[in-house]
Amino acid sequence: MSSGRIKDDRTPEDRGWEEFYRNRWQYDKVVRSTHGVNCTGGCSWMVHVKDGIVGWELQANDYPQFNSSIPNHEPRGCTRGISYSWYLYSPLRVKHPYMRGALIDLWREARQRYADPVDAWRSIVETPESRKAYTGKRGMGGFRRAAWDDVVELIAASTIYTAKKFGPDRVIGFTPIPAMSMISYAAGTRFLQLFGGVSMSFYDWYCDLPPASPQVWGEQTDVNESADWFNASYIVLCGSNVPMTRTPDSHFLTEARYRGAKVVVMSPDYSIATKFADNWLPIEQGHDGAFWMAVNHVILKEWYADRQVPFFEEYARKFTDLPFLVKLGEKDGVLRPGEFLRAGELERSAGIEHADWTLCVADGTGEVKIPHGSIGSRWAKAEGKWNLDMKDMVDGTEIDCRLTFLGGETCSVRFRFETDGDVAREVPVRRIATRNGEATVTTVFDLLMAQFGVARGLGGDYPQSYEQDKPFTPKWQEKYTGIAAGSMLKIAREWAGNGEKSGGRNMIIVGAGINHWFHNDLIYRAAITSLLLTGSVGRNGAGLAHYVGQEKVVPLAPWTSIAMAQDWVKPSRLQNTPSFWYIHSDQWRYDRSFVDYFKPETGEKMPLHAADMNAKAVRLGWLPFTPHFNDSTLRLVDAAKAAGARTDDEIRGWLVARLKSGETRFAIEDPDGEGNTPKVWFIWRANAISSSAKGHEFFLKHVIGAPNSSFTAKEVAKGAVKDLEWHEKAPEGKMDLVVDLNFRMDTSTLYSDIVLPAATWYEKSDLNTTDMHSFVNCLDAAVPPAWESKPDWKIFGLIARKVSELSARHFPAPVKDIVAAPLLHDTPGEIAQRSVKDWKLGECEPVPGKTMPNLAIVERDYVNLYNRFLSVGPAMGQLGAHGVTWEAGDVHEKLLERMPTRAWNGKTYIDLEDEKVVADVILAFAPETNGELAYRSYQDLEKRVGKPLSQIVAGDRNYRITWEEITQKPRRFISTAVWSGLVNDGRPYAPYTLNVEHGVPWRTLSGRQSLYLDHPYYGAFHEGLPTFKGKIPPAILDETEGETGLVLNFLTPHGKWSIHSTYSDNLRMLTLSRAGQVVWLNPEDAAGEGIGDNEEIEVFNANGVVVCRAIVSSRIPKGAAFMYHAPERTLNIKKSKKSGRRGGVHNSLSRIRLKPTLMLGGYAQFSYYFNYWGPTGVNRDCSVVVRKLRG
Amino acid sequence: MDARAQLVMVFNLDKCIGCHACSISCKNIWTDRRGAEYMWWNNVETKPGIGYPKMWEDQGTFKGGWVVDGGRLRLRALGKVPTLLNMFFQPNMPKMEDYYEPFDFDYGNLYGAGEGNDQPVASAFSQITGRKIETIRGGPNWDDDLSGSQLYAAKDVNLEERGIVEEYGRMFMQYLPRTCNHCLHPACVASCPSRAMYKRGEDGIVLVDQDVCRGWRFCTSTCPYKKVYFNWDTGKAEKCIHCFPRTETGQCMACAHSCVGRIRYVGVLLYDADKVEQALLKADVELVEAHRALILDPLDPAVREAAGKNGVSDQWLEAAVKSPVHALVKEFGLALPLHPEFRTLPMAYYIPSLSPVLSTLGDTHELMEHGLFPEAESLRAPLSYLASLLSGGNREIVAAALAKLVALRAFMRARNLDQPVDAGVLERAGLTEAAAVRLYRLLAIGGYGERYVIPAQQREEQDPHVRKGAGGFGILKKAGRGK
Repeated sequence: MSSGRIKDDRTPEDRGWEEFYRNRWQYDKVVRSTHGVNCTGGCSWMVHVKDGIVGWELQANDYPQFNSSIPNHEPRGCTRGISYSWYLYSPLRVKHPYMRGALIDLWREARQRYADPVDAWRSIVETPESRKAYTGKRGMGGFRRAAWDDVVELIAASTIYTAKKFGPDRVIGFTPIPAMSMISYAAGTRFLQLFGGVSMSFYDWYCDLPPASPQVWGEQTDVNESADWFNASYIVLCGSNVPMTRTPDSHFLTEARYRGAKVVVMSPDYSIATKFADNWLPIEQGHDGAFWMAVNHVILKEWYADRQVPFFEEYARKFTDLPFLVKLGEKDGVLRPGEFLRAGELERSAGIEHADWTLCVADGTGEVKIPHGSIGSRWAKAEGKWNLDMKDMVDGTEIDCRLTFLGGETCSVRFRFETDGDVAREVPVRRIATRNGEATVTTVFDLLMAQFGVARGLGGDYPQSYEQDKPFTPKWQEKYTGIAAGSMLKIAREWAGNGEKSGGRNMIIVGAGINHWFHNDLIYRAAITSLLLTGSVGRNGAGLAHYVGQEKVVPLAPWTSIAMAQDWVKPSRLQNTPSFWYIHSDQWRYDRSFVDYFKPETGEKMPLHAADMNAKAVRLGWLPFTPHFNDSTLRLVDAAKAAGARTDDEIRGWLVARLKSGETRFAIEDPDGEGNTPKVWFIWRANAISSSAKGHEFFLKHVIGAPNSSFTAKEVAKGAVKDLEWHEKAPEGKMDLVVDLNFRMDTSTLYSDIVLPAATWYEKSDLNTTDMHSFVNCLDAAVPPAWESKPDWKIFGLIARKVSELSARHFPAPVKDIVAAPLLHDTPGEIAQRSVKDWKLGECEPVPGKTMPNLAIVERDYVNLYNRFLSVGPAMGQLGAHGVTWEAGDVHEKLLERMPTRAWNGKTYIDLEDEKVVADVILAFAPETNGELAYRSYQDLEKRVGKPLSQIVAGDRNYRITWEEITQKPRRFISTAVWSGLVNDGRPYAPYTLNVEHGVPWRTLSGRQSLYLDHPYYGAFHEGLPTFKGKIPPAILDETEGETGLVLNFLTPHGKWSIHSTYSDNLRMLTLSRAGQVVWLNPEDAAGEGIGDNEEIEVFNANGVVVCRAIVSSRIPKGAAFMYHAPERTLNIKKSKKSGRRGGVHNSLSRIRLKPTLMLGGYAQFSYYFNYWGPTGVNRDCSVVVRKLRG
Repeated sequence: MDARAQLVMVFNLDKCIGCHACSISCKNIWTDRRGAEYMWWNNVETKPGIGYPKMWEDQGTFKGGWVVDGGRLRLRALGKVPTLLNMFFQPNMPKMEDYYEPFDFDYGNLYGAGEGNDQPVASAFSQITGRKIETIRGGPNWDDDLSGSQLYAAKDVNLEERGIVEEYGRMFMQYLPRTCNHCLHPACVASCPSRAMYKRGEDGIVLVDQDVCRGWRFCTSTCPYKKVYFNWDTGKAEKCIHCFPRTETGQCMACAHSCVGRIRYVGVLLYDADKVEQALLKADVELVEAHRALILDPLDPAVREAAGKNGVSDQWLEAAVKSPVHALVKEFGLALPLHPEFRTLPMAYYIPSLSPVLSTLGDTHELMEHGLFPEAESLRAPLSYLASLLSGGNREIVAAALAKLVALRAFMRARNLDQPVDAGVLERAGLTEAAAVRLYRLLAIGGYGERYVIPAQQREEQDPHVRKGAGGFGILKKAGRGK
């Protein structure tokens, strides 16, 4: 050894002290669990228990490897997850039930006066002073411990009172992302759906839903599992910070580089992901779309016009709508892109079923043909033609379809670009004879070429070179993106070249960085176009990998049945949350007419305020809304009966007549009217008032009634809104009761009335899946629920039992309820409205399920609500998802023999008291975990498609996964007809491989991937083709009017030290970060306001105020303020000098604006489904003022 | 030849995502107790940055490590004056402000606050004094992701020019995870007046005997990596123990286990202890080569014989043959020591990271001309910076390592796309096709069992028959956590 003073070895006796550390490492038990947080990690963890206490957690490392050429998954689990054990015993833990002190006093007093708890609740909420005594103090401290029995009784009483007085659709519940802990999610929704309450969506609300996915693919979201990144050979990260937000997956990205994948990162800041880039493009935030538009210009010019690549063209013909025919419509003497030509317009094909929903192509001779696969064939009685065959629907002949009419006649067509105004460009056309006379048609491909400015020798206002600043050249994009044309061109060529050489293995990993903008659908469509043009969707290592809160409940069908109580009652009462809160938190009152920032073609007949448009969407059955009507749905049934209606049809008919006459109105037309607001709000697994509440301060005022709301926005909607009733003063504190189930005191909990102690993820059993990998994971109890906490399933069970008890008096017999449900995607409802006709305007008759919502009459059995909650209902045997169905009655029968049962009303049911049984029921009924059902799902789909599919899982029919097995080891699910990806033979899941390899159509109008959206509203906003629209200018946002200080674009990407708000208050994360709320600023921006690193600042706009510290860093671009979301306003927050009140959270500066083109319905892929379609809660077109916290 | 075996960790900085999962697993298991709050046996630093404790690399201030003085090595801190003068006072030791004041929050106020006029909050307080902290001003990772870049990143001692962190065209960011290096020539061990510190013969792990330590804190001062901490509650020094209760049973360290970026490798290195001191007399730029020269070939019969004499078992020799660390450090020359010029002969090695191509920002952002993958010379992280960190200033050694990564990528891309392989690409980087395939497997595909090749300890000499029945009852030492 190098130094004589060191002994390199010691005798064993001298080293006895080493047991000091060895003893610490010793433990008593290890249990597999995971974190049921809003995160797509789905990591398997080993929780170490020592002395009956959770000591620490370490990642599991026993994932089965897919195959030897793909890295395996160990270890999955990040710094946030590994800090979770801190929460269990921390002083932040909710250990007991708590209630607002004022409410405890009121309740005790009322209960002494009234024997019946429902009467007691009525006495409190119907007395304005007593109601105000607790609602007016929300968030102001004053909690007191309460007893479980008392709080459960109060909660049950409030729900029954509300159902009786206003209708059950005034009781709402919010919990996001079931996949992360699906039984806990189901706990509340099952209760609510049996009750008649409202389950609220989250994916659209969080603005995680990419509307471009329904637009292009007819699919909510379907993405590659992260292992498939390894198969890509060119990866662009666009608005996504993989190491930060997909931490356990990021090794697949770093490792793909060693396999030779090139990595390009588009990010305005030097993000963590940028570290792994070969090229960093510090693109202007919100303008990524301009870059992709120019990439497409280059691809179309060099790979389609100058040279043809058979691989690309074949893909375009087979799998995209590029060959489909579009009519050119004339208005004011100018030709514009119009609607798709329909089979019904042609003599030879007018007779085929749903001919209006069947599209056309032209063959080599220019003759019009009708290929298989349009949405009409999906719902036709004659099965077997809904496939991607280029065969004629009329005579069955093969179609040699053409992409272009180039070389023949041309017409000048008007294209309008928001950035550059109108241009006229020549387009190749063909004139054809239709039943209504001659029509001028072209192909989507020819329109696309013109839209992107690729001249092909045609006349008109085309750019003549890449250097010319015209849409959409490399030069043109410079001013929007800040990226040099030459650099952009280099990447475009590499991109297309890689697509050609690799057989379409281009991948774009996208994230919230581009998805949270008002025009996110346009950004996405521009990027998707570059994938479609390079044959890069529907194969491994390719496609749009959208990772923004995307979630995948793998056992979707049986889970939906349990969670939405569809084993007992259908349809469910579901709500798209963006519309709900835009209206009910009264943000609509502060929003201008959208014409100021989203201009339609002048003279279009449509409402011009988002609230009016939403009201139209509700009455036409495009979107749901609750409360449904300005009267109780239970009372309406009674009134119908009193008026003589006996059958369900007669009740419906009575109501339709009332709606038509205006005697009964949709509640959305008077949302601030007495009784038209939600009354009781359950929050669980969520931070609904804070990190989820875009427009937090509007929530505090109008929904919660907390006195410290601090927005200064003006009610500019007055006069602009026509359809909605305007009340001079909007209600404040609309909620009678806010109940929060939580394991920690977060901001939402702080503003609630009742806090219920929830078991942590190491104290309960649950299921966990994700689309980042294809394993099924468990949460399991390492220790019992600490203190007085209980699992969500048990808590809602308690509430359900009490509701049933109290119902003996209040709802002794079953009652009927009306559910107004919109026209649904994946049902025949998606071909209900060929054109927009409004019955209220007399354009058509109100017909439920056709021109207006379905009006379903369902039964509520309140006395047996608890029994139903805990019993698998009779409809469990008939399951389906995404339009595929299968019979599983035999599975149900066998389970009844094996599982615990409960008997009531003379029948025996599977007993769901134990969460592990719930898990096993879900796993037994899911095709993903039951091979026989997977086989049946394909059998169903192959009938519709007319191609063999069930062979895909023929070898898996005996495959089963049970609860017991997933507690032992992560298990991989199998291919099913519910999902578009295939996982056979150890291949990673990649979306749409089923479509590309087996000819199954996408669930769109054409059955193909849609580059052209022909709904007239898209035409009206010039968004039929992919295009570019920039950020909304701050002047129109009404947020920083008149401010002269440092005005910045406010960005809220996902952070490093939290998963949304969870972990943001965890001492471990606080210690490793800057210990609380911070906003990141560029040094020059900060210096201009005299702000130094770590100094206190105030960030404000008309929506509210944040007080926090600054981080000044050169990796942040000028002009932007980054506030990684989501912090809590509970930690060391100072008072604002501006408002005089406690500073808020990131959502204090945000509010939402709804994009009207996302409200459409009854039109192919533009049809509602929960979390699938509807406007999203955009929040990034937002500006703020930053200044030092003045002392 | 004095052939010895040591368990050694390699970090692939090219894969590090800076997530800090490693730090938390370590904290949960080892330092989540009074007196140890500020101890981060494992931490992750953003580079450029000043690290933890602040400016630890600046030996002008902290005077850690060894210097060559008259052809011999001496501890920098102690000079030629006897250590007695410093006995009761460690002038170069980091102070609390160089670490941070551990804080906590008064979470209970969120439940307990009475009804007021505004929303209650949980205030911060010191875990040391219990006093309220108005504004938190420091933490163990305060300059994370270039936070406060002008105050911190710009002071990174490895930067030739501080302006680089301020220019979009040139700025860069990487991560540096650090544990105790379990050095071959540990300054901490050498400086301990109580002889409480020792390096275990069987695996090279450096420990502080908690019974013997008297809290002199020489170790804290002389460790140039500042990886020995003083427990203010027990009055004893504590440091990373390489999770010996895990490694002794063939499991990797908790930090490595929880490395979700899959950047870590653990394996056996054989080295010649006779030559350590001599190697450290070399000039700074020659130290990496000197390091490598110490590492012995486990297949060499002479080495095996010498190791056997030192009690290195067959299992350990087997593990040394399969060692991913031996491959990355010795065979591929890819992994380099952190600040070899501190001359403690650190036994943790780092694969340098690639970074994006340089660019310029005028009216628009323009990428520098480059092929599909940028070459080592056009990367944003300057060679001089990486060389200052990992090779005693030797740029060629760093460039050679980066060139191997670039060549591997080009080679694998050609294979992946069924394109002809340009043999010259590998050759110029000093790789053969077979070597590239092996390296690819190590860097990309390698699973847990390939990244961590850890032979369990044999305990036969420690009276296993008795221990089988009596172990854990505390006959050797009373159990006790925290005290």
